[in-house]
Amino acid sequence: MTANSEIGAVFEAGEPAFIPYLVAGDPEYEASLEYIEALERGGADIIELGLPFSEPIAEGPTIQNAIVRSLEGGMTPDRFFSFVEELDVEIPLVCMTYYNLIYQYGSESGPRPFVERAAEAGIAGLVVPDLPAEEADPLRDACDEYGLDLVFIVAPTTRGDRLETIMEQVSGYVYVQARLGTTGAREDVSDQTDESLARLREWDVPKAVGFGIKTGEHAERIVSAGADGIIVGSALVDIVAEGAESGESTEAVADRLEAKARELKEGALRGVPTAESSD
Amino acid sequence: MTTDDTNGQFGGYGGQYVPEALMPAIEELRDAYERYVLENEDGFMNELRAHLADFGGRPTPLQRADQLSERYDTEVYLKREDLLHGGAHKLNNALGQVLLAKYMGKERIIAETGAGQHGTATAMAAAHLDMPCEIFMGETDIERQRPNVFRMELNGATVTPVTTGRGTLKEAISETMRDWATNVEDTHYVIGSIVGPDPFPEMVRDFQSVIGDEAHEQILAKTGDAPDSIVACAGGGSNTMGAFHEFRDKEDVDLIAVEAGGSSLEVDEEAGVAPNSATLSTGEEGVLHGARTKLLQDEDGQIMESHSVSAGLDYSGVGPELAYLVDEGRVDAVNVDDEVALESFHRVSRLEGVIPALETAHAFGYLEENPDAVGDVTIVNVSGRGDKDLETVVEETKAHDLDVETASTVLQEAGE
Ligand SMILES: Cc1ncc(COP(=O)(O)O)c(C=O)c1O
Repeated sequence: MTANSEIGAVFEAGEPAFIPYLVAGDPEYEASLEYIEALERGGADIIELGLPFSEPIAEGPTIQNAIVRSLEGGMTPDRFFSFVEELDVEIPLVCMTYYNLIYQYGSESGPRPFVERAAEAGIAGLVVPDLPAEEADPLRDACDEYGLDLVFIVAPTTRGDRLETIMEQVSGYVYVQARLGTTGAREDVSDQTDESLARLREWDVPKAVGFGIKTGEHAERIVSAGADGIIVGSALVDIVAEGAESGESTEAVADRLEAKARELKEGALRGVPTAESSD
Repeated sequence: MTTDDTNGQFGGYGGQYVPEALMPAIEELRDAYERYVLENEDGFMNELRAHLADFGGRPTPLQRADQLSERYDTEVYLKREDLLHGGAHKLNNALGQVLLAKYMGKERIIAETGAGQHGTATAMAAAHLDMPCEIFMGETDIERQRPNVFRMELNGATVTPVTTGRGTLKEAISETMRDWATNVEDTHYVIGSIVGPDPFPEMVRDFQSVIGDEAHEQILAKTGDAPDSIVACAGGGSNTMGAFHEFRDKEDVDLIAVEAGGSSLEVDEEAGVAPNSATLSTGEEGVLHGARTKLLQDEDGQIMESHSVSAGLDYSGVGPELAYLVDEGRVDAVNVDDEVALESFHRVSRLEGVIPALETAHAFGYLEENPDAVGDVTIVNVSGRGDKDLETVVEETKAHDLDVETASTVLQEAGE
């Protein structure tokens, strides 16, 4: 169920997709625009752009802090949409946020006004970590109406009937959560990733793995385990945070983000099974 | 009404808005709740009742408050949950959930706490039932409820400070959900009020409904009739629904939920702060901590920091069932401010020899301001005792420059 051909086209191209995440407006609006653009130069295929919510229960400390910086800089849903419109990137953008912001947007309550505005701004899809498939019908309907993909997360604990429920709702790609817990860069790749990918093998929706990926080696290992894409957030947000703390120039931070993106994308490419190893 | 209202447990409120990693645990909990609590499988409820009696000290008395009755020219009865072990109604729920976690084969307990009463109750229940326990508590609340921090630690719990935001209950709940999402396979989250994703609001209400069940029997024995009204303070709303549930279908009984009006009902939009915790009276529908309910939030849907002199009422959300009953007109949502609560704390202590929790003092504050609104016979739910609040009360009484009659070497010497 890929409603949006922009995201579909990325996966159909056949290469493993590199999907970085940053919080829009972190550490402040102008620099953040540069950082997102640097990710595209570094090889991003899709970008997940965080719209910050005050109670990010699925986030670890790195992204929590980024959210605080962005909110303190005055980020709001309306500014987020202007931000998206100002961005000079060609690749699809997925908005990652929490349900209350979607629900409250606009004059009528419910998700429709948010989705309408997101579509107008050029957003290709949504990920909403506190909205399980059971509660998602109204958002699904709005996304179908405006041609947005709705990405769902499959966790290491997700099994049986729940997989079916998610399969009915998901479009664009499925976000395979590599380990239990919250977001945050890790030193190793969890075995839970392989198990999760194995459970989803039969699905014909692209599978992108996230939570904890930090290096090119991690990316390689995950693609070789069968992922169609990798999602990297905290490892990139860390670079933004270090830049903000040390007073580094926007340009220098953008260069580091671009280099890190390239490392991750190249790692992912190395992970593609060669003709011999795949049979 | 939007189309997804049918998913809610209470009109349009409730639901399960949590990260996917938690959904299987919530389904497992719903199943366990139905089997053990609703159907008494393996004698769960019998065992719980025994713990509540022998360890907890139930039933708690329903006491006639003679001086208050005279003052308000109305029969005032006190449901003495402050006499429950640990000093607050919170133990009803904590024992229920820790025992349920045991029946489910969980190995570790986590909980959040605001006033420290829920943390204390959970730590006690966990020690009693031999389960390891970790409590998350906001920094600000650790400061203002130190005696409870010591009690939790004495009972063997680890108290983990939460430094995000203003360091109150809202942040502690978010942090506990993060821990749960990490350790969900062997850990049970004992949520402290009738908030959170389904089945928590329903289950916590059931564990607390022992308050209203007993009060009903006791008032019948004493007066031969149901009361005209029940007054209870409302933070999340667990002592509130616990006291109200039995009387829900008795339309003659007025159910009055008293919220914390804080220093003002006006909101500072710029700072994103509500100087109150009057969610039922002033909040708007939204989604927080797993449920759709009324919330203190700004136009964009960002959650506002709340304020109350009492840590246990200081929360930007409220239980979905209570929000629903207020919309339906079955429950009256009212509020009193910090000063009224503080004055009531002193007054009730002096007149009745019962030192109420600052949370409970809000319920008494309503009575003081509206003695004519409660009918001829009223029950005030004394949700907890005020020992934990002594430091705060001394400080705040001075800060507000209140002219209370309490004698007071205590007040004179404090802070000098
Ligand atoms: C004594 C007391 N009363 C009331 C409350 C408020 O909680 P609830 O509204 O869930 O009863 C608390 C919370 O900590 C409390 O300690």
